[in-house]
Amino acid sequence: MTRDEALALYRSMLLIRRFEERCAQIYVEGKIGGFLHLYIGQEAVAVAAMSLLRPDDYFVTSYRDHGYALARGTDPRPLMAELAGKIGGISRGKGGSMHFYDVPTGNFGGDGIVGGHLPIAAGMGYAIRLRQTEQVVLCFFGDGAVNEGAFHEALNVSSLWGLPVVYVIENNRYGMGTSLDRASSVKDLYQRGSAYGIPRRDVDGMDLLTVREALGEAIDLARKEKRPTLLEVETYRYRGHSMSDPGKYRSKEEVEEMMRHDPILRFGKVLKEQHSVAEADLEAMDKDIQAQVAESVRFADQSPWPAPETLYEHVYVRSPYIHHQSADKDPAWRDSVAEDRVPETFPAWATPAAPAKVEG
Amino acid sequence: MALITMREALNQAMKEEMRRDPSVFLLGEEVGQYQGAYKITQGMVQEFGEWRVRDTPIAEEAIAGIAVGAAFVGMRPIAEMMTFNFSLLALDQIVNHAAKYRYMSGGQIRCPMVMRGPSGAAAQVAAQHSQAFESWFVHIPGLVVVMPSTPKDAKGLLKSAIRDDNPVIFMENEVLYNLKGEVPEEEFTIPLGLADVKRVGKDVTIVAWSRSTQFALQAAELLAKDGIEAEVVDPRTLRPLDEDLIFDSVRKTNRCVVVEEGWRYAGFGAEIADRVQRECFDSLDAPVIRVTAADVPMPYSRMLEKAFLPQPEKVVAAVHEVLYR
Repeated sequence: MTRDEALALYRSMLLIRRFEERCAQIYVEGKIGGFLHLYIGQEAVAVAAMSLLRPDDYFVTSYRDHGYALARGTDPRPLMAELAGKIGGISRGKGGSMHFYDVPTGNFGGDGIVGGHLPIAAGMGYAIRLRQTEQVVLCFFGDGAVNEGAFHEALNVSSLWGLPVVYVIENNRYGMGTSLDRASSVKDLYQRGSAYGIPRRDVDGMDLLTVREALGEAIDLARKEKRPTLLEVETYRYRGHSMSDPGKYRSKEEVEEMMRHDPILRFGKVLKEQHSVAEADLEAMDKDIQAQVAESVRFADQSPWPAPETLYEHVYVRSPYIHHQSADKDPAWRDSVAEDRVPETFPAWATPAAPAKVEG
Repeated sequence: MALITMREALNQAMKEEMRRDPSVFLLGEEVGQYQGAYKITQGMVQEFGEWRVRDTPIAEEAIAGIAVGAAFVGMRPIAEMMTFNFSLLALDQIVNHAAKYRYMSGGQIRCPMVMRGPSGAAAQVAAQHSQAFESWFVHIPGLVVVMPSTPKDAKGLLKSAIRDDNPVIFMENEVLYNLKGEVPEEEFTIPLGLADVKRVGKDVTIVAWSRSTQFALQAAELLAKDGIEAEVVDPRTLRPLDEDLIFDSVRKTNRCVVVEEGWRYAGFGAEIADRVQRECFDSLDAPVIRVTAADVPMPYSRMLEKAFLPQPEKVVAAVHEVLYR
């Protein structure tokens, strides 16, 4: 790894940290509403993963989804505007914190249903097998998701059919307020992969280079051999499950102990020891990032609210196979013409040809 | 025109679309080697291979989720539910994912998939296998809901459903699979959201879809013997709904009966009754009457099953009620 590559990884982790610290502040100010699930403490996982993906790869995530978009290089400004519910938001103010998507970067992002996106990841993997491309799918979820039926169904077919999907359990030890010990019969979650004959391992998610090495092997296996992997990444969220969670189910000492293994501090040491980066360089970078985050807040503040007319947009897609004289009496159909943002990122043959003769 | 069954019409529609577009594929329980639990997918795995006609484990959430994920990245999956009774296990994928990702992403994602299979009562398969679920799916913004009643409609509408860019819930009916009808031999599609008059009449409008259309047409025959000319309107697609054709008919006949195989309580027929009473208030000479299933789970016994379902005789009685004679 070159010095520049290492600095970029560090920068990416620190951007997530500073971005989310600002989120927590402006949430208290009332600029962000609803649920806000912070990724602080888990940054190494998203940054390691995104540094390994090719531009045409896909990923899906749980609702704790800010980090992946930032690590993938999505501009922080539309992300902050999305949190503020503004029209400049990446999802036009219709998704919020749990629903960051940036399809041109392969980000099919945030799912609000625990485990709900695991079968979807399998479906993307199935599409890759059908098209016979070299793409892979990364699927991120928490320790809570492994107890959902969707986990079992998705892993079974992924192994059965050889789907190029890397399933990443980010084990932060708590599904909301319920500790892993109280929720899972098997404590080593990666061992669940044995039920499906899936390659599996667990790694220290607080160390960027360790998790990156493990993810790299899993991605290679998916890309070259079309085999899924179940990776358990042991990590920790410093904040509550969401902003309304004071975290009384765990001790202050436990949180402080985990913060001593902070992935940003640890990788900062690597930068200084192995890449001759000076403390002053890191401080300058931090200042620069804080300015970037401040700019995203300014952008969000200045972005207009969505006009009420946009309420009905993006429910349906217009197509020549719909009888629009009747459908358009419903505003969700009438406004479906407005601002279709689906990027042309799929192979040409996936686009349907012109309609044949239409008979009444 | 060729005289074929609904089963053959559905099979033709899928085969033609799969030949036409390599992004179309089929997955579901027993769709391949077994040739389909109801033989709708006969001959497909032989022609298209096991990757495009995928036998799945009994895992409905995976079936639906795989269709959703593949559709997000530009494929056009057809997910077969052996029956829609089992779609309840896949409901999260349909309601929370297929129907919502486009909206939640501010228009960045499309989900061009079809979920199809039989819905409604078969013959004496009791409570867990005899349910009409259109009122559940039609409630969800983002979904298209299609329910054909003839082989021609089935073929033309399924081809449109596969080509359309929205998630389509395509509900068939097991009792109708052997129904024969004339189907054009040349290439054709029928637009989603276009209703059809199945019988012309002047005295009363009967709105019915899927198998209930058969009940309505049989009732119309019985009524004709009494000199009552019933018009049977089949919406064919429940969402979007071609309400204009229904309104035009009601403005002509001044009477309306809605027949549905689903339960009465909050059934889709209530939506039609609501729209008709608002839009055709001045034309109506009687309240809109609904003929529905009984509000109980489906019983097993043949006699009780008959009592549970709408029947032509019940439709005839409802027509007499709105005609006051």
